[in-house]
Amino acid sequence: MLYREAGQFKSSYAQDQQIFPIRQDRVAIWLLLGFAFVVVPLIGNQYWLGAMLTPFLIFALAALGLNILTGYAGQLSLGTAAFMAVGAFMTYNFVLRLPWLGIIPSMILGGLCAAAVGIVFGMPSLRIKGFYLAVATLACQFFVLWALQRFGWFSNYSTSGVITAQEIRILGYVFDTPAKKYLLTLTVVVVMALLAKNLMRSEIGRAFMAVRDMDVAASVIGIPMMKTKLLAFAISSFYCGVAGALHAFCYLGTVEPEAYSLDLSFRILFMVIIGGVGSILGSFLGAAFIQLFPIVLNLATSGVSHAFNVEISHAVVSNLEFIFFGGLIIFFLIVEPLGFARLWQITKEKLRLWPFPH
Amino acid sequence: MKRIILASLLAVPALALAQAKEQFVPINSYWVGPYAPGGSGIAGGMIDYFKLLNARDGGINGVKVTWEKCETEYRNDRGVECYERSKKKGPTGATLIHPLSTGITYSLIDKGTADKIPVVSVGYGRTDAADGRVFPYVFPMITTYWSQNTAKIKFIGMREGGADKLKGKKIVNLYHDSAYGKETIPVLDAQAKIYGFQVTHIAVPHPGNEQQSQWLQIRQVRPDWVILRGWGVMNPTALKAAAKIGFPRDKIVGVWWSGAEEDVIPAGDAAKGYIAAGFNAPGSNFPVLKEIQKHVYAKGQGEMEDKSRLGSIYYNRGVLWGILTTEAVRTAQARYGKGQPMTGEQVRWGLENLQIDEKKLKELGAVGFMQPLKMSCADHEGGGQVKFQQWDGKQWKVITDWIASDQRLVRPMIEASAAQYAKEKGITPRDCSKEN
Repeated sequence: MLYREAGQFKSSYAQDQQIFPIRQDRVAIWLLLGFAFVVVPLIGNQYWLGAMLTPFLIFALAALGLNILTGYAGQLSLGTAAFMAVGAFMTYNFVLRLPWLGIIPSMILGGLCAAAVGIVFGMPSLRIKGFYLAVATLACQFFVLWALQRFGWFSNYSTSGVITAQEIRILGYVFDTPAKKYLLTLTVVVVMALLAKNLMRSEIGRAFMAVRDMDVAASVIGIPMMKTKLLAFAISSFYCGVAGALHAFCYLGTVEPEAYSLDLSFRILFMVIIGGVGSILGSFLGAAFIQLFPIVLNLATSGVSHAFNVEISHAVVSNLEFIFFGGLIIFFLIVEPLGFARLWQITKEKLRLWPFPH
Repeated sequence: MKRIILASLLAVPALALAQAKEQFVPINSYWVGPYAPGGSGIAGGMIDYFKLLNARDGGINGVKVTWEKCETEYRNDRGVECYERSKKKGPTGATLIHPLSTGITYSLIDKGTADKIPVVSVGYGRTDAADGRVFPYVFPMITTYWSQNTAKIKFIGMREGGADKLKGKKIVNLYHDSAYGKETIPVLDAQAKIYGFQVTHIAVPHPGNEQQSQWLQIRQVRPDWVILRGWGVMNPTALKAAAKIGFPRDKIVGVWWSGAEEDVIPAGDAAKGYIAAGFNAPGSNFPVLKEIQKHVYAKGQGEMEDKSRLGSIYYNRGVLWGILTTEAVRTAQARYGKGQPMTGEQVRWGLENLQIDEKKLKELGAVGFMQPLKMSCADHEGGGQVKFQQWDGKQWKVITDWIASDQRLVRPMIEASAAQYAKEKGITPRDCSKEN
């Protein structure tokens, strides 16, 4: 009843092409942004801001990066964590060695370094596809971590090979509390998500999707294969690189290369699959599910044991979390193989007809 | 009705008072995953010691120790989440934090310093944090990896019949290829120069269940000793590989994360004779463990489901950590008010002024179980001694007394590394002569 577009007429191309053609969607997204930017920092405590929402946003950005490559351009990759590592370590080095640059340009440069690495390891995609390509990107995962550990320059010759993120200072303003770091992360993520959304609606995005759906057909209609595929790798790695920089600077503070292990790559891939392949919204939903849900589950089980005053062995609680989580993943994939984003789409279609479905 | 209101009015302040007499310690550990034997053992030992104090002494000078468990899965982000979750609990917030993972320790250095909660990493973590002037809230207590490594070389020297006999000897450093594994390379290189032995560093990629080529290389080098800097599954694999090429196991010296029952039992007979370092003694014959049996397990309140793990390396390590935690609180209470719960900032003072001498060890029932300690503002390590133990096929046998490390070599390296960190982060080191 409320969610209906009847009476909303589009009288110009600009109106027809906007991201959210339905007024209710626009209102909702502005409300959501207002909530995230104003209300959340006001009501959120350190735990929520620092330990839940900031990592959620960072992993959503990384998932978005992988979604551009895997969901839109159809190139399977297992090197996401490695691209994040490049972004984190190079940003650290830019801030350390060129302190006059400032943090935001350093992050962009860190992202560009990740993009360069992405292009190099994207080369095999010109010859191989699918699982074979995933194996090639696996090489990237191992090579990058090996290089970061082997060459002391990357960690400024720290004996244990770790980097410590420097203070974040933009135009003299220091971002030191979890609330400020959250706002910085949110700003970067919102801007980059908007860019990604628009990019996917442009010629480049359509070329990506054409390559994904059938690369032979795409090359027949004149889409340059090499340029498109490598561009997909570059953009995706850039996003992951920036996410890695945020991960080091706004979240963990001090990072060792092992933090970016293959395990993390898989987790981000799961976020994309659960959230919805080829969907910007899906990246956020998937990140929320994989990142936040186990913690909520953990809090809930200990809450239950407190409420009913039953002593549940901690090992059982920890294992229950895994069992529930695994079960839910399978449940959701059976109910909706296309991910949460598709679930949301169906809900929207149903809402339009509500309360008189035909 | 009136009586109920009156009763509840009376009950509220009593409850508040009761709450105020608690000292909260977060137990962030791992009960699932590949490192669960270590995590569950250490957490169990620590909790059992707290239970002992609460049952026998009514807490620390009457302040009950409370705790809450949180699963980190040995992952950095979950470790940070657990830390954030637990830091405000209890009347005074988290007393101190044991991250139980080198990676999580790194992630908590900034956060703990900002929140004024001491980050205590006993026997792991960031070595150069032993310089308390640069790292006021980080405590790599008892013995850092670097100190331990000098003690190992000393031990090898003793076995060879004197430090001068080390000249010309060949030592292989077989290490886990990670921040943890690489940490001792600079110290070994420096010592090789001093004593004139040759050192070869051989990396084993994570997780280390494939070591054929590494041991082939070791056979070519023909070393006199092998230092095993392993973790998890890498340890039994190394011992089995050594048995295969016939390298004598009593010439392999492991770090203390390679020297638990879980590291040798899977290797079976191949582990017999293997030597490892330790900062806590194995076995359940110490008075403190007997007290735990009497006051906790006899009442059926023990933390460990498998009682045979009492007295194992990891369990005893947890008891040791419990002793350090509560003694730091006790020291802080002596200054800031006996019988009061302490804040993180006060416990930091307690840690810096912690002194455990032989007399204190006797009171604790831990003579020979752990080493005497003396912490200070500048020195956040405190002990720096190591015992060596040998696996006889059934249990770990301690074969040396406490062996002191070479602080003349280690301390300048720690200070140089900490100074570099301070420069990068723009920290002005504290002046310890002004601390009281």
